[in-house]
Amino acid sequence: MNSRELILGRVRRALADVPHDDTPYDQAVDRDYLREHGDRSVEETVELLAENLADYRAIVHRCTAGELPALLAGILAARGSASVLVPPGLPPEWLSAADTTRVHDRADSTVYDLDKVESVVTACALAVAETGTIVLDGSPDQGRRRITLVPDHHICVVRVPEQVVASVPQALELLDPVRPLTWISGPSATSDIELDRVEGVHGPRTLEVVLVSGGGG
Amino acid sequence: MRVALFLTCVNDTLYPDTGRAVVKLLTRLGVEVDFPMAQTCCGQAHYNTGYRHEAEPLARHFSDVFGGYEAIVTPSGSCGAMVRELYPRMGERARAEGRGESLAATLAPVVPKTYELTEFLVDVLEVTDVGAYYPHTVTYHPTCHGLRGLGLADRPRRLLQAVKGLELRELPGADECCGFGGTFALKNSDVSAAMGADKVRNAESTGAEVLCAADNSCLMHIGGTMTRLSTGMRPVHIAEILASTEEEPLT
Amino acid sequence: MSGGTFVGMPAFPKAAHEAVNNQTLRGNLRHATHTIRGKRAKAVAEMSDWAELREAGKRIKDHTLRHLDTYLVQLEESVTAAGGVVHWAADADEANRIVVELVRMTGESEVVKVKSMATQEIGLNEALEAEGIAAYETDLAELIVQLGKDRPSHILVPAIHRNRGEIRDIFAREMSEWGRPAPEGLTDTPAELAEAARLHLREKFLRAKVGVSGANFMVAETGTLVVVESEGNGRMCLTLPETLISVVGIEKIVPTWRDLEVFLQTLPRSSTAERMNPYTSTWTGTTDGDGPQTFHLVLIDNGRTDTLADEVGRQALRCIRCSACLNVCPVYERAGGHAYGSVYPGPIGAILSPQLRGTASEIDASLPYASSLCGACYEVCPVAIDIPEVLVHLRERVVEGGPVTRDGNKVVLKPAKGHAAERAAMRAARWAFSHPGALRTGQRLASRTRRFHPRTLPGPGKAWSGTRDLPAVPAEPFRDWWQRTNGGKDTSK
Repeated sequence: MNSRELILGRVRRALADVPHDDTPYDQAVDRDYLREHGDRSVEETVELLAENLADYRAIVHRCTAGELPALLAGILAARGSASVLVPPGLPPEWLSAADTTRVHDRADSTVYDLDKVESVVTACALAVAETGTIVLDGSPDQGRRRITLVPDHHICVVRVPEQVVASVPQALELLDPVRPLTWISGPSATSDIELDRVEGVHGPRTLEVVLVSGGGG
Repeated sequence: MRVALFLTCVNDTLYPDTGRAVVKLLTRLGVEVDFPMAQTCCGQAHYNTGYRHEAEPLARHFSDVFGGYEAIVTPSGSCGAMVRELYPRMGERARAEGRGESLAATLAPVVPKTYELTEFLVDVLEVTDVGAYYPHTVTYHPTCHGLRGLGLADRPRRLLQAVKGLELRELPGADECCGFGGTFALKNSDVSAAMGADKVRNAESTGAEVLCAADNSCLMHIGGTMTRLSTGMRPVHIAEILASTEEEPLT
Repeated sequence: MSGGTFVGMPAFPKAAHEAVNNQTLRGNLRHATHTIRGKRAKAVAEMSDWAELREAGKRIKDHTLRHLDTYLVQLEESVTAAGGVVHWAADADEANRIVVELVRMTGESEVVKVKSMATQEIGLNEALEAEGIAAYETDLAELIVQLGKDRPSHILVPAIHRNRGEIRDIFAREMSEWGRPAPEGLTDTPAELAEAARLHLREKFLRAKVGVSGANFMVAETGTLVVVESEGNGRMCLTLPETLISVVGIEKIVPTWRDLEVFLQTLPRSSTAERMNPYTSTWTGTTDGDGPQTFHLVLIDNGRTDTLADEVGRQALRCIRCSACLNVCPVYERAGGHAYGSVYPGPIGAILSPQLRGTASEIDASLPYASSLCGACYEVCPVAIDIPEVLVHLRERVVEGGPVTRDGNKVVLKPAKGHAAERAAMRAARWAFSHPGALRTGQRLASRTRRFHPRTLPGPGKAWSGTRDLPAVPAEPFRDWWQRTNGGKDTSK
């Protein structure tokens, strides 16, 4: 017998006490927890996102769609970044005001190539207000996972309010599990020294989130 | 109202003062107290040490002795939790082992009418001011089975706060176990003693004269640690404080 | 670092004896656990529906366990359809053989690892090392443990027993052995220590061709795996290598994508007391042009089906490894994680290890007693595992024996040795308590001889009186007073 059959056989014998008409999945779980916590207006939800992002040490900026190119140029200049990674589908106008060297992620770009780039600018799939989370799903305006991982400085643009959901349950409803997802809540951190949170280990140590209103992108 | 006092074997043997205090307190509040002489032990120590089958006859005996009363009152959070939480589980286990309904049916009647003392006072008699007088500084340790098992919540504190002359001081780390844990105190005596010492240090830091709890098993451990560490504090069961009055103060 | 190094551990009380007397360790554990306790309570209090989320988490896990065969088959189908390869391992040896073979097929001689309890449990690093494959732990705490040639003592923070000064010393001394040395003049500030780890591991991440991970969840309906982490080392291992091998216990399944909405709310708050951990990665098989192009999932049993066969004990398989029970446990705080003799320390370890490994060894037979049954673990558990209930159940297994399942076979355990005196005492007490007259005789005897009772005891009694005075025996038991005074009514007597 192979191990698959062995394990499945053991499982079935272990569950001899479970009746054939055991409560089916859709009745087995009461979903009487909340779909979102609190009753907020759209503006208040965006405000909560900004608060929670900042609480976990993300740097939060707010602007209109028209102001976005200047703001991104300003962030890159202030950081002193010589180069910025650009995912293939990033709206070209976003970086139109920046004079930082643009590095386009290509299929044959190696991790060593990426490691030389200082910053990366991406859009996101959505953001979760209650937890201060942005979620990337690998769409063309976000690129493959490694480009937001290897550079030390990640700038993520969130269109508000349309990309903001209040809660984790609402986020999962909208996300496609087939895509590789990265949920990001603040910069890289660790609690491994005396169970106290310190920012900055392997992922980008600086996370800047730009909340763009007015049909940005 | 006529209730049965389930004193517990530990109190009967080692802490008769607590029993006398419960009788005095309940009588003062107009309750007729009976002490069924056939009572012995609820079986908690057996059950929690892994001797469930030895605990079963004791549980049956408990049910025989107390089944006929309207209410059963005990000055012990852990023995109260044994009856209320674990007797139903013993019945379920016997059923799961194919031993039928007998045990569950025998134990079922005593489960809902067993009350820990402070529960009985606050929930059944609906009093928090029991007319007590106790002119001392007191810190209160909520024992684990009372706190997390029975969910006594703030009942003991409300009772203590209403006691004339009593000054209640907050115990740091109050929710933490004192380290007694029945046979744990013997089987893991190092850890148990370390927990007890930390509890006593926290109690000492309040500057209170008295550490009060609603379970003498925990107080035996805490009190034994207190005398060994030569603290000036003393352990007192909550029943003795609530029984104390200006006319007849606790000595 | 594996379960292997725990073989031959002494019983819990003996191991705990040393820990209790180690003041540095006591200080480190007290500081860390008390810090996280307060934060967790605050993070949980933010959620008005915590009780409902906890109940839903419990029910999702219970339902999954009750139909585990169905969901395992469904998971295998979804993972395969998404481009992954599924392997099944009945025990640790088989799992290690599979992983070694998979690494060999890549032609590589090193792997980078995401922190994973399952791979620690099976002793994968040692198995790889024996075959000439270097396994680099990349989680900061795991790195501290690996560099310090130490054993993990906590589920979430395996180096919780180390303070910042000790960590600095380990980095300064050991990093050069494994790769990039620690920076000159490294201090003990957590930020500098984190920076040293970043620099040390960077080169390993960038050149790695094979990543090894566990998973927090596997979604049967979609074939999605989920890793919840903080540092970004997980993302590195899950996205940069060409081959990813995930070793996961069969109980980590949830039926649907939607079920994650419960656990992604309860796990971070219970674990690191955060609203959300910094990084959560989900992947479904392989994705063209993004991440590893080869994905293997190794499903391990290693005692889980034996645990599943126990109707009381199976609830331990609901565990999502948050470690809230460790952080709140007064016994863990004083005994430390090493005393539990397993990669699973603390209250959950005390019910998991004796079920996964059986109760034959001295340490496993002693673990069910490593608790005062205070119930704090049950109170904080985000999937409502009634740890005290299972502890008592396992005590019964130790002292009474009875039917259990080992390696898939039903066997009847004999009562453990070394409990004969206790068993006799329990029987005698039960007899006395069944005969009120006998109890009364004993009480009276104790009262009459009370002047001769010492406050301390010799021999085995020292377990009590080594640190605590005995209570004085009263002049008469309550029942004598009751009878003598007619229930207190006749106060003249």
